[in-house]
Amino acid sequence: MYRDNERYKTFSRRTIILFGGKVVLFSGLIGRMYYLQVIEGEKYKTLSDENRISLKLISPKRGRILDRSGRPMAINQKNYRVMLVPENTKDIEFSLRKLGKIIPINAHDLARVKREIKRRRRFLPIMLRENMAWNDIAQIEVNTPELPGIVVDVGETRFYPDGAKVASVLGYVSGLSEADLTGDPLLEMPGFKIGKAGMERVHDIALRGKSGTTQVEVNAFGRQIRELERQEGEAGAEVWLTLDIELQKFLAQRLGNEAASVVVMDVHTGEVLALASTPSFDPNAFNRGLSRSEWDVLVSNPRSPLNNKAISGQYAPGSTFKMVVALAALEKGIVTPSTKHFCSGDLKLGDSTFHCWKKSGHGSMGMISAITQSCDVYFYEIAKRTGIDRISAMARRLGLGQILNIEIPGERKGLMPTRAWKKKAKRVSWQQGETLLAGIGQGFILATPLQLAVMTSRLVNGGKAVLPHLTRNVVPSTEEPKPPVIPEFLALDIKSSHLDLMKKAMVAVPNSPYGTAYKSRIKEPGFQYGGKTGTVQVRRISKAEREVGVKKNKDLRWEERDHALFVGYAPIEAPRYAVSIVVEHGGGGSSVAAPIAKDILLEVQRRDPSKAKSSGDATIGHPSSSSKLMKIG
Amino acid sequence: MAVSPFEQSDMSFGQRLWQINWFFVLLVSLTASVGFVMLYSAANGNLNPWASRQIVRFVVGVFLMLLVAVIDIHVWLRYAYAIYTVSLVLLVAVELNGSVGMGAQRWVDLGVFTIQPSELMKISIILLLARYFYASQLESVSRVSHLLVPLLLMAAPAFLVLRQPDLGTTILMVATGVVLMFLAGVRIWVFVVGAFAGIAAVIPLWQFVLRDYQKARLLTFISPEKDPLGAGYHIIQSKIALGSGGVFGKGLLQGTQSHLSFLPEKHTDFIFTMLAEELGLVGGLGLLGLYLLLLIYCFAISLRCRSHFGRLIGMGVSTSFFLNVFVNIAMVMGVVPVVGMPLPLVSYGGTAMLTTMFSFGLLLCVYVHRDVQIGPGAVEGN
Repeated sequence: MYRDNERYKTFSRRTIILFGGKVVLFSGLIGRMYYLQVIEGEKYKTLSDENRISLKLISPKRGRILDRSGRPMAINQKNYRVMLVPENTKDIEFSLRKLGKIIPINAHDLARVKREIKRRRRFLPIMLRENMAWNDIAQIEVNTPELPGIVVDVGETRFYPDGAKVASVLGYVSGLSEADLTGDPLLEMPGFKIGKAGMERVHDIALRGKSGTTQVEVNAFGRQIRELERQEGEAGAEVWLTLDIELQKFLAQRLGNEAASVVVMDVHTGEVLALASTPSFDPNAFNRGLSRSEWDVLVSNPRSPLNNKAISGQYAPGSTFKMVVALAALEKGIVTPSTKHFCSGDLKLGDSTFHCWKKSGHGSMGMISAITQSCDVYFYEIAKRTGIDRISAMARRLGLGQILNIEIPGERKGLMPTRAWKKKAKRVSWQQGETLLAGIGQGFILATPLQLAVMTSRLVNGGKAVLPHLTRNVVPSTEEPKPPVIPEFLALDIKSSHLDLMKKAMVAVPNSPYGTAYKSRIKEPGFQYGGKTGTVQVRRISKAEREVGVKKNKDLRWEERDHALFVGYAPIEAPRYAVSIVVEHGGGGSSVAAPIAKDILLEVQRRDPSKAKSSGDATIGHPSSSSKLMKIG
Repeated sequence: MAVSPFEQSDMSFGQRLWQINWFFVLLVSLTASVGFVMLYSAANGNLNPWASRQIVRFVVGVFLMLLVAVIDIHVWLRYAYAIYTVSLVLLVAVELNGSVGMGAQRWVDLGVFTIQPSELMKISIILLLARYFYASQLESVSRVSHLLVPLLLMAAPAFLVLRQPDLGTTILMVATGVVLMFLAGVRIWVFVVGAFAGIAAVIPLWQFVLRDYQKARLLTFISPEKDPLGAGYHIIQSKIALGSGGVFGKGLLQGTQSHLSFLPEKHTDFIFTMLAEELGLVGGLGLLGLYLLLLIYCFAISLRCRSHFGRLIGMGVSTSFFLNVFVNIAMVMGVVPVVGMPLPLVSYGGTAMLTTMFSFGLLLCVYVHRDVQIGPGAVEGN
């Protein structure tokens, strides 16, 4: 065998070396495997779990807002949505075309959908339409086999059954803006809405509830595979308001399309039973998202539907301010109930003449008759004697010229001028003529309808500094409702005989044949009310015009007509309800505002259960007693 | 003057069949079965689409292996150069007119079926070098001039395969060739010089031949964490999958990384990761044990063989097989860069399966003809 032996020796030797090398390399692999799986195993186990487990938030149910007896004012409604899942259809155009035959899809939506398809993963649904009618949904459901990729889905959306009638108090919810993001992941959920105005905003945090979490297994592309663990969230708290929804609706209906506002409150507890500002807006539209044109219509409306006039409208109170002037004078002893003053139709002060609304004059006036007939000259005179600072001080005691903290945002302060204020704000001294104008609630003086309602309450409730509120109870979803706490109020420190005198005068306004609201009296025994009219000029009447005859309101342009005001209370024996009304450019207080007051005060007394049956609970619609009823519904 | 392929063997067809090492065939089948189980798991407990087709391919492969094994070893000797030439021509054909798949030109369409000439070349190289060195005396092997021809014959296909580009196969072919030269008795200093020359060659290789994605793979191999969602993603996810398997694994079909698609190519290049995730260290060691047994058989057969041609073929097959296994497993464990090399017998894929079975056929052929002496003039009838 020719030298093969030697060759074989080399081969065998080197083969053994090679085998050794291979075994070493294999051992290296085993060592590496041991390192990864045993020594580092725990670390990689965690990493692999982090890979696959994705924590997701479950959006909690927003709490309802209920009226004082548990009737729902803001609820959550099923929101039927149509979505497209791109990966489930071979031809998106085809699916959309087919769907277009059932529900209209406009070009704008179509463009948005096409944009989103490019941007998002193919298995994530894209919203086509939401808030759909049940009929349309049913039709889509029936046709599903012919609509590949189209799915119907039910979400929840805020709904206000009474729409615009409650918007002034409830506000609305809407999507978040950048500024709203606080880092709370709940807020970053798609479609999450928060309270943007009114009570929705005041109680937003409580209404939101707590988000739950769900652990889902996802694959490398983020697709959900299955749910591993679920922790339910906590529904938002139920918020009970002091409002009476039926009364609220009545107000809205009664005011119609006037640019008006009304506040009805309990004179003892400060509970606001109704607070209306018309015209209003549909909060459901805000929830849905307003279109540009809808928004433009709202903003350009001269009757400012977006403004809550009841708390942020500032008006000269006019003759409704006369009780304040009277009390200021009485308390300081400047006049007595029997002081008389003669009204000739005007009052001269230096070069100026101050006219009474009654050109011919009222003749000899006492305190009660001056209020009953709303004599201006009488109040010019006592205001002149009392001085602006004392009048202002009394106005503040009665709740004017200050923020009353009615919870909902947007409340304005009004204005109760003093000498010092004018010096500071206008850099000129106070003029006596300005005191005269203040005597009839005009000039610098401004008040909101809410303040006027509080003023009226304080006049008639036995001298308590009542403050208004709107929230009766906030009941977390996990707790039983507790009876609401009735706040205690400080005493006003005004002589009760003087307050009684004011009540007597206010009763005479609609009930005496000389009274300015006699035409609007309530004839039913036991339902009578007291009050005071007010008519506020919004334009200057020149001397020349006065001589040829002042134009009637109905001949003027709407913006130039007088504001009509009324403050009132009922019942007259045991006052319980106070009301304030301002109708912008409505005309006369007695001709426009008083009839509204009459209707409201009649309605509110009829709705009073203690009035219907003389026995019974003093508070109407206790939350704890009516909550059970609600749950059945 | 055609020579019948069986002419120079004393054995009949039946005798040869009887001579086949059936225990080796059993080992191969066992290893392939591990693959079937993993492919079944990869498809979420389904035979389709992978396991069933893999089984069919394996059965075809077994027949191919047995066929190769019973052919007279002289036939392989005689046609070794011819097979190499055909493979080279096919490689050139791919270079000129290959269909592009997965960003690389690797296939040639023969009309009836497509073949991957680089796979064919892996075997051809073994045959070529065995054929070349079986007739060489130890003295001539130690002359460098004697090595020029085989080096050139190796360089040509290596260059073509690298151009496709298929870095894994290139490395595998070159390494197998180098090992065969080592076994043939080439002096050690030649390898030392060669190593330096190789390092010097890396620079122009990096500059002009490697494609961007190959460079990226090499770079991310060095620090995969730098680009966790890009090129480093595969390595990181593979390590997470493997590591999270622990000692006993998550259980068959329970591999979260694999089944939730975090693991790329779980049925092909990364099948070992999936196995290690689902069956743990125990399963991984089991498969490595099977591979080790197969390798021991290769060595035993090579050492037992009486002809130098047979020994070199045996060690060529063994080395090629080992490198395939090692590079793949080292790759999925983040020890070497991702080069795109399937795990022999286990990964899904027809071509790789047939190549492996063909080379095992050659090994069995060596075993069958272990006592046949092949003289230097055995092919002179040509």
